[in-house]
Amino acid sequence: MVETVTWQPLDRDALAARLARDIPEGWSVNLGIGIPTLVGNFVPPEREVIFHSENGILGMGPAPAPDKVNRWLINASSQYVTLRPGASYMSHSDSFALVRGGHLDLCVLGAFQVAENGDLANWARSDDDNAPAIGGAMDLAAGAKRIWVVMEHNTRSGDARLLRRCTYPLTAKGCVTRVYTELAVIDVTPAGFAVIDMVPGLTIEALQERTDAPLALP
Amino acid sequence: MIDKSVRSVAEALAGIKDGATVLIAGFAQVGEPRALIDGLIEQGARDLTVVHNTAGRGREGVARLIGEGRVRKIVCSFARSRGSVIFEEVFARGGIELEILPQGTMAERMRAAAAGIPAFYTATAAGTKLAEGKESRVFNGREYILEHALPGDVALVEAWRADRWGNLVYRDAGRNFNPVMAAAATLTIVQTQHMAELGELPPEEIATPGIYVDRLVHVAAGDPPLKN
Repeated sequence: MVETVTWQPLDRDALAARLARDIPEGWSVNLGIGIPTLVGNFVPPEREVIFHSENGILGMGPAPAPDKVNRWLINASSQYVTLRPGASYMSHSDSFALVRGGHLDLCVLGAFQVAENGDLANWARSDDDNAPAIGGAMDLAAGAKRIWVVMEHNTRSGDARLLRRCTYPLTAKGCVTRVYTELAVIDVTPAGFAVIDMVPGLTIEALQERTDAPLALP
Repeated sequence: MIDKSVRSVAEALAGIKDGATVLIAGFAQVGEPRALIDGLIEQGARDLTVVHNTAGRGREGVARLIGEGRVRKIVCSFARSRGSVIFEEVFARGGIELEILPQGTMAERMRAAAAGIPAFYTATAAGTKLAEGKESRVFNGREYILEHALPGDVALVEAWRADRWGNLVYRDAGRNFNPVMAAAATLTIVQTQHMAELGELPPEEIATPGIYVDRLVHVAAGDPPLKN
């Protein structure tokens, strides 16, 4: 039987906007590379959220106009950024002390895989990768109060990314608290994955077909 | 009179020995002591252990130091990354040893060295492949791994402004690894964009007190290269 598609996945911007909706005023937030970086574009400026960048910035603002670039002001993804009023600079050691000391309310990261126990794999697709790029992901995953992952629900070949156990090398154990995909928002609970939102028209059965680990409705 | 300034990059780098551990600051070319890196290539020390956020990008700077076969071991948080062509080539033929570290662990290991702390426990990387072979211990129900201090024989630093005592002020995100590396090395060498008179730098803006600095050279390097 051919499945009738009556639902529409979110595109990258809509996914970033969906996540941004859930960030309350007052939080201090670090955004990882990729779709996580887009999230900043969808937090309205009147909502006071303090963005952190690992290279020593608190209170980061959006990208500057091309003629207003300050070559000394980049974020951890090497992109030009601006400061919001109230911003401050710090050294790398202070910046990571802030991360590792649990002072960030939220870090949004991309991922290859997330397991139902909250394990995160986002730095290597194989145990044989002997010259990887880790950056600050392990510090952020272990240190922030909450880790929200934003990623595509499945790999390009259709494999599940929401698993019973990760098969790729771990970034941190049991750290992920919520996952946003183009299809659904899923909490990681002591009992496993719980679906708290789905795109209109999608059924839990269709979502489960695309997911390795069991999904519950809250 | 205390005066740490020297007349040339060559003078600033004199005496760096083969086998030295060299901490090289900067993040994505911002706050990177490029004239000192180029000077180190000229200076000729070999068999170096280099601590830097990346294994070099493009063909200049740290990448060139590696390409010229002068680095025995690189300690970094980004090994293979966009533009790390020279490292990958040298690594593939077994020409360089690699120690990969989470960026915060790297910074904290240098901070520990600067503060006289021989080792510390951290939750970062606990339960991952990077924890293999490291001591672990549970505190309050959570697993932590033991990481050791990472001191340098030499640190290469870039400041925005400096006075002759070696007090340093940084510009914008050019601070990054500079203060922690300046504090973690036996011989700290600074290139500064501007020299200031003693007493001119506002004390509350000095991010690196001169006590950590040994040699200072004025290099008006200008803005970091424009990224595309």
